[in-house]
Amino acid sequence: MEPLLHITTTHYLVLGAALFLLGVIGVLTRRNVVIVLMSIELILNAVNLNLVAFSRMWGGLHGQIFAIFVITDAAAEAAVGLGILIAFFRNKETVNIDEVNLLKW
Amino acid sequence: MFLSHIWLIPLLPALGAITMFFFGRRLQKATVSAVCVGTIVLAFLMACGAVWQYSAWSSTDEHFHQPYQTILYTWLGTDTGHMNYATHDGSPAAFQADAGFLLDPLSSIWLLFVTGVGMLIHIYSTGYMAHEGGYYRFFGYLNLFMFSMLTLILANNYVLMFVGWEGVGLCSYLLIGFYFHRKSASDAAAKAFIVNRIGDAGFLLGMFFIAWYFGSLRFIDVTAAARSGHFVIGDPIITAATLLLFVGACGKSAQLPLYIWLPDAMEGPTPVSALIHAATMVTAGVYMVARSNALFVLAPTSMKTVAIVGALTAIFAASIGLVQNDIKRVLAYSTVSQLGYMFLALGVGAFAAGVFHVFTHAFFKALLFLGAGSVIHAMSGEQDMRNMGDLGHRIPITHRTMFIATLAIAGIFPFAGFFSKDAILWETWSREGGAYRFLWYVGYATALMTSFYMFRLMYLTFHGRPRMSHDAEHHIHESPVSMTAPLVVLALCAIVAGWLGWPHSLGGSDRFTKFLEPVFASEARVLQEQGRTGQLVAGVEEEERNTGTEWLLMGLSLGAAGLGWGMAWRSYRHADKGYAEPIAAAPAVYNTLLNKYYVDEGYDYVFTGRRKLGNVRLGVLGLGEASAWFDTNVVDSAVNAAGWLTRLTATVSSWWDKWIIDGIGVNGPAILARMLSYPTRLFEWGLVQWYALVMTAGLVGFVFYYVYH
Repeated sequence: MEPLLHITTTHYLVLGAALFLLGVIGVLTRRNVVIVLMSIELILNAVNLNLVAFSRMWGGLHGQIFAIFVITDAAAEAAVGLGILIAFFRNKETVNIDEVNLLKW
Repeated sequence: MFLSHIWLIPLLPALGAITMFFFGRRLQKATVSAVCVGTIVLAFLMACGAVWQYSAWSSTDEHFHQPYQTILYTWLGTDTGHMNYATHDGSPAAFQADAGFLLDPLSSIWLLFVTGVGMLIHIYSTGYMAHEGGYYRFFGYLNLFMFSMLTLILANNYVLMFVGWEGVGLCSYLLIGFYFHRKSASDAAAKAFIVNRIGDAGFLLGMFFIAWYFGSLRFIDVTAAARSGHFVIGDPIITAATLLLFVGACGKSAQLPLYIWLPDAMEGPTPVSALIHAATMVTAGVYMVARSNALFVLAPTSMKTVAIVGALTAIFAASIGLVQNDIKRVLAYSTVSQLGYMFLALGVGAFAAGVFHVFTHAFFKALLFLGAGSVIHAMSGEQDMRNMGDLGHRIPITHRTMFIATLAIAGIFPFAGFFSKDAILWETWSREGGAYRFLWYVGYATALMTSFYMFRLMYLTFHGRPRMSHDAEHHIHESPVSMTAPLVVLALCAIVAGWLGWPHSLGGSDRFTKFLEPVFASEARVLQEQGRTGQLVAGVEEEERNTGTEWLLMGLSLGAAGLGWGMAWRSYRHADKGYAEPIAAAPAVYNTLLNKYYVDEGYDYVFTGRRKLGNVRLGVLGLGEASAWFDTNVVDSAVNAAGWLTRLTATVSSWWDKWIIDGIGVNGPAILARMLSYPTRLFEWGLVQWYALVMTAGLVGFVFYYVYH
C-alpha cells in the first residue's frame, strides 16, 4: 500500500529550517542566558537534522559521522557556555543577557 | 758588627713597644719591666759598641773623620722617574729618602746620652710607676718614644729625621696625656701637639726648600753641597730654608714664641718630664740645627736669629722660673731657659759648645726631674713647694743627688754645667770679634737667675720649716732603690760629664770639641774668616783668645752663681708657712712673672680666640665665628636662594607640564581621537544579542542578494 504521505528529504529540510528559525528567534529575543544556550542547541540540532537528511538521501555515512562530531562539539560548547554562565552569575548575580554589555568600546 | 747592625738600635725599643701594644695587657708587671727595660739596656750596650767601633773606624786613614752611613733600602721614592723634579738651576733630581742610618760624632753623642739617660729613666720608672694603672701602656709609650728618638738621631736624611721628629711628638702627646681622665692633662697634651704642629710646618717647608735647592735630602749630600763653595754666604734661599728649619726647632725645643707647651707638658708623669721634656726630645731642635750647621753658616741672618731668639728665651724663661711654686714648673722653665742657652751657642757659631751643653744638661736636668719625682713620690703627690720644706734629712739620697744637680746647673766649678755654660758664655763674648757681646749680658743675667731659682727650689724643698699637712708628713719616705740608683748614677754623670770639655785655659784639652771637630771644623773656619773680614772692614784689631779674659769671665759667672745662691740662702733658708718672696716687694713685677708674662692669655686673645678683645674675637675661634657667620648669612642665603629659585622653576615647570605637555601634547590627541571615534563607537553598544541580530540580518541580506540578484 502506497503510504499516505511519503516522507521525503524535503520534509526533513522543512523541519530542520523550522527548528533553525526557532533557535535563531530564541537566541535573538530571549534575555535569559540559559534559554539562549538552549536555543543554540536547537540551531545545532537543526543542522544535524539537515546533515542526517542529506546523508539518507545520498546513502553515504559521511553526513552521519559529521552529525556525531557536531553533537560532541555541542556538548563541549554547552560545558564551556555553562562555565561562562556560572562565572558571569558569580560576578553579576544575574543571568540576564542585557547585563552582559562589556563587550564594547 | 755593631756598626753594620746599627739599625737594630732603634728596632729594639720598637719591638718592645709592639710587644706592649699587643700583649701588654696580659703581662705581669715584672714581665713588662723586663721587656721594656731590657730593650733599652740592649740598645744602650749596642750604642756603646757602635760608637766604640765607629771611633776606631773613623781613625783609620781610609775613613779618616768620615761619617758612617748605612742604607737599608729606599723608603720613599722610586727609580721609575715619576718622582723626578728639577732643582732651582734646572738640573734633574729624584725625590728619594732612604731608610738609612748615619753615625758621626754628632749623632754618637746623642745616641749615647739618649740611650744612657733613657735606660736610667726606664729603671727609675719601674719604681715610680709601680702603683699606677696602665703600667704596660706607659712602658709601651716610653719604648715607642725611644724608637722614634733613635730614628730621629740616626736618620741619614731629613725625611727620615722628620719621621722620628713626628714620632717623638706623638709619644710626647701620648705621655703628657697619660692621665687622660684629667682634663688638664689632655688639654696640655693637645696644646703640645698643636704648638708642635706649627713648628713642624716650618720644618717641612724648610725641607722642601732644601730638596729644591740641593736636589737631595741626605745630610751628607746637603753638607757636601753647602761646603762646596757654590753658594754665597747670605744666599736668600738658604736663609729662608734655615729660618724655616729653625721654626721647626722652636716648636720642638720650646723656644720663643712656641715655648708655651713645655711648662704645661709637666702634666705627664715625672719620668716622662725627665726623659722627653728635659733630657732628650726637646734637644731634637738643637740636634737638627747642629745637623744643618753647614747650611746655617751660609745664612748669617738665620744665625743671628737663632742667637737672639735663644738668648731671649733663656732670660725670659729664667725670669718666670724665679717665682713659680710648682716644683716641676720651675724645672720646666729652667729647661726652656737652658735650651735657650744652647741655641745662643748655636747662633753665635759655637756649635760644639751648644752640643756640649745639651750633653751635660741631659744629665743634670734628668737628675733634677727624677729627684723632683722622688720628692713628689715622698710627698704623696704634692707638687707645690709652698707645702714642702725640711725634707733634707728625711729623703737624704734624693736631697744629695739633687743638690749636686743644682750645683751643676748653677754653674759651680767643677760640676758639669760650669764647663758647658762657661763655654757658651765665653764663645758669645769672643765670637766674631765680640759682635754678639750684647747677648753675653743676657746670658750672664740668666746665669744669675738660674742659680737663684734653683737654690730657691732646693731651700724651699729640703730646708726651712716643714709646711706640709700632718698626714703628708707622716707618709714621707725615701724612694725604693730602683729610683735612687738612677739618681746616684746621674749625679755621678752630673759631676764628671763636664770634664770631657775641660777648657784649654784651665789646662785641659777640651776633648769634647775635638771629638766634634769632623762635624763642625769647616764651619769654624768659615765663621772665623767671616769674623776676620768683618773686623778688618770695621778697622778693629782681631782679638786674641785671651786666657786672662776667659778667666775673668769664669770668675764673673762663678760670682753670679754664688750671688744667686746667696740671695736664695738669705730669703728661703728659714722659710716657714707664709714666707715672703723677695720679688713680691715689687707686686707688679711679681704678678707679671707669676702669670708668666700673661703670654698664654695673650695667645688666647690673639691666636686661639678663647678671650674676646672688646667685642671682637680673634684667632682660631674668631675665624670659626666669622666662618659660622659667613656660612649662616652668605652661604646659607645662597643655598636658600638657590632653593627658592628651584621651587619657582619647578612651579613653572609643573604648570607647563600639567597644562601644556599633558594638556595639549598628551591629552589633546587623546581627546581628538575620542571625538573622532565617537561615530564608530555608536555601533558598539555591547549587547551580544544585538550583535547576533545584526549578524543574522546581514546573513539574511546576503542570502536575499544572492538569491534574487
